[in-house]
Amino acid sequence: MDTPDLNYAGSNKSRPPPANTVGIIGWIRSNLLGGPVNTCLTLISCYILWLIVPPLLDWTIFNADFTGDSGRECTTEGACWAWLDQRIYQFLYGFYPPDSYWRVNIAIILLLPALAYVLFDKLPFSRQGRWFSLTYPFLATFLLIGGIGLEGITTDKFGGFMLNLVAGISGIVLSLPIGILLALGRRSKLPAIRILSVSFIEFIRGVPLITLLFVAVIILQLFLPPNVTLDQLVRVMIMITLFASAYMAEVIRGGLQAIPNGQYEAGKAMGLSYWQSMRLIILPQALKISIPGIVNTFIGLFKDTTLVIIIGLFDILGQARVLQTNPDWMGKVDYETFLIAAIFFFIVCFSISRYSINLEKRLDTDHD
Amino acid sequence: MAQNRDPSIKKSFRLIQLWTDERWRGLIFQFLLILALCILVAFIISNTIQNLKTAGMASGYDFIFDTASFDINQRLIEYSSTSTYGRAIIVGGLNTIVVAILGIFASTIIGFIAGILRLSRNFLISRLVGIYVEFIRNVPVLLQIIFWWVILLALPKVRDSLSIGDSIFLSNRGIRLPSPIYEEGSFWVLAAFIIAIALSLIIRRWSFKRQEVTGQTLPIWIIAPALIIFLPVIIFFMLGQPIGFETPVRSKFNLRGGFNVTPEFVALWLALSTYTAAFISEIVRAGISSVSAGQKEAARALGLKQNITMRKIILPQALRVIIPPLTSQYLNLTKNSSLAVAIGYQDIVSIGDTVLNQSGRVLEVISIFMLFYLTLSLATSAFMNWYNKKINLIER
Repeated sequence: MDTPDLNYAGSNKSRPPPANTVGIIGWIRSNLLGGPVNTCLTLISCYILWLIVPPLLDWTIFNADFTGDSGRECTTEGACWAWLDQRIYQFLYGFYPPDSYWRVNIAIILLLPALAYVLFDKLPFSRQGRWFSLTYPFLATFLLIGGIGLEGITTDKFGGFMLNLVAGISGIVLSLPIGILLALGRRSKLPAIRILSVSFIEFIRGVPLITLLFVAVIILQLFLPPNVTLDQLVRVMIMITLFASAYMAEVIRGGLQAIPNGQYEAGKAMGLSYWQSMRLIILPQALKISIPGIVNTFIGLFKDTTLVIIIGLFDILGQARVLQTNPDWMGKVDYETFLIAAIFFFIVCFSISRYSINLEKRLDTDHD
Repeated sequence: MAQNRDPSIKKSFRLIQLWTDERWRGLIFQFLLILALCILVAFIISNTIQNLKTAGMASGYDFIFDTASFDINQRLIEYSSTSTYGRAIIVGGLNTIVVAILGIFASTIIGFIAGILRLSRNFLISRLVGIYVEFIRNVPVLLQIIFWWVILLALPKVRDSLSIGDSIFLSNRGIRLPSPIYEEGSFWVLAAFIIAIALSLIIRRWSFKRQEVTGQTLPIWIIAPALIIFLPVIIFFMLGQPIGFETPVRSKFNLRGGFNVTPEFVALWLALSTYTAAFISEIVRAGISSVSAGQKEAARALGLKQNITMRKIILPQALRVIIPPLTSQYLNLTKNSSLAVAIGYQDIVSIGDTVLNQSGRVLEVISIFMLFYLTLSLATSAFMNWYNKKINLIER
């Protein structure tokens, strides 16, 4: 068959689009100046930017003091960053002995492969990697607290951003198995188990974390036999774990509900027991769908670890408050210390949330 | 087939069935779980009793009738240092509710505006709002609360307080606003306000009915606000301005008159509203994006105007997606208000903490907090579930 003549309408050369709809001019026309409302919004935004950005830059950089030994040496109008070089270690490690900082650093560096082997299937040495992930919590505890061969460091020395990381990560890791059990319990056919799970989850989700931390500090000791005492940080971590596990249970329940009934029935038809079908069929799929939710729970929990300052632990926010009330720096570093603490949280939380959005998109295409 | 089965098999029961039969196994498992739980609870109770005895701590809820002997600077009901602990806790509970309601109100408004602006075609404004949302969302709310508090405490002292139009004064003791004075006849202004709201609801219903019959619409979004504003104002002037304002007056060292809002309250309210608003704006954005583009195109094809498309086509469908996560944000805001204890805003946790330290009744006070928050959570979610059901599409 002959190809039809496409040039019947005359010239085969189409005219270019009008110059004011393409390129930079077109972009500006459609995105900044399209219509009166749009132009107004652009003007308002420019005004806001002009109001905020130059003074902020002046304050943080151009007018700031970078050197000095105390707040009195910060004499300019701008920010006082002179404390950074000496105090940043306290912001990061709290009262942890400086010659043992390497232990914290190694624990954090080793965390990355430990997490990677849990999150991704297709990595080299995945078998050994899984074992490494399993032993990581013990390894990290050993590194941080010490013991055989390493100098022992008590948990009251933990502080700064490291305390936030320790509380947040251990909370989320320990809460995962409890959360899975609670989620399964909530969907169980056995009434006693279902009622217990639902009431636990709803109770924890109904009260603020701070009341649970009060329980950890004031009441938990009353519940234990008189001769048993628990470390303060351990008590706090128990409560953070219980708190996170209720939220985790709801996230995983969402994942379980998204698995089609056919999968459950298929498991039964294969003659698998309840636990076998959960372990081999349902949970691998449900957990995979829940990863974005788990990550979001982690971000929330991580931000909530700042609450420990209310019960007298000194995390990064606590260290900021300490410096703000230090007579050498008083009244000079209020906003600077908040800004540094905020930036630490922002970097961690923002990058994790970007990763979770990316993951969500990737998982989404699997089901199309 | 069940009827073919030998009845003798049905009756016989072998011990192995306890393990192999799913029903028996379930029963046994539940029984063991409850037993274990009972043993745990008994263990905890016996430990607690013993610990309380050795520490010489009293127990029981009778302490709520004892005199509190501390002051509370923000109170909605009568309270003085001679009042009881019970009353102090009620004052704290009301303070929590006040900051939660005002916070929910502000965060909803800011959140909806930010969510809609984030979707704007205007590049600059959507990016600006995006920066706000991402920064606020990823920084702990406690840090933000303390930050605002420190800023407010850095305001000038009372004697050089900043004034806005000589009626609002900002100082490190808080914000002093004019307080209303109700004279005789102010009741009627309030009554007019309520009647105007009722009237506009009736007109709205009538206009909907008329629209169904005739297709004609009334500009109800002009009529209702006009009615609600002008009716009370007209009554106000007819009765000779019965509601006056007492503006604060600056004396040498102090401000007199007016109504003081503490810096703690303002800091908590600002931080909670802006923090929750960032989350709400994301929810609103997701809700509006979830309405398919075909709906908008269909509305345009029918010749509907842009604002009607938004109000009658897009928003009703978006709200169905928005309401459930919005509920959990409201609950989060209410629970986050407990962080007031960090800056000393006297909410239920903060007052409860004082009561706990004075009376030593730790178990009782903490159980009161928990009950309070559980009730608030359940009440909020019950209301939002009701609202959600109301706006949900009724499908065939």
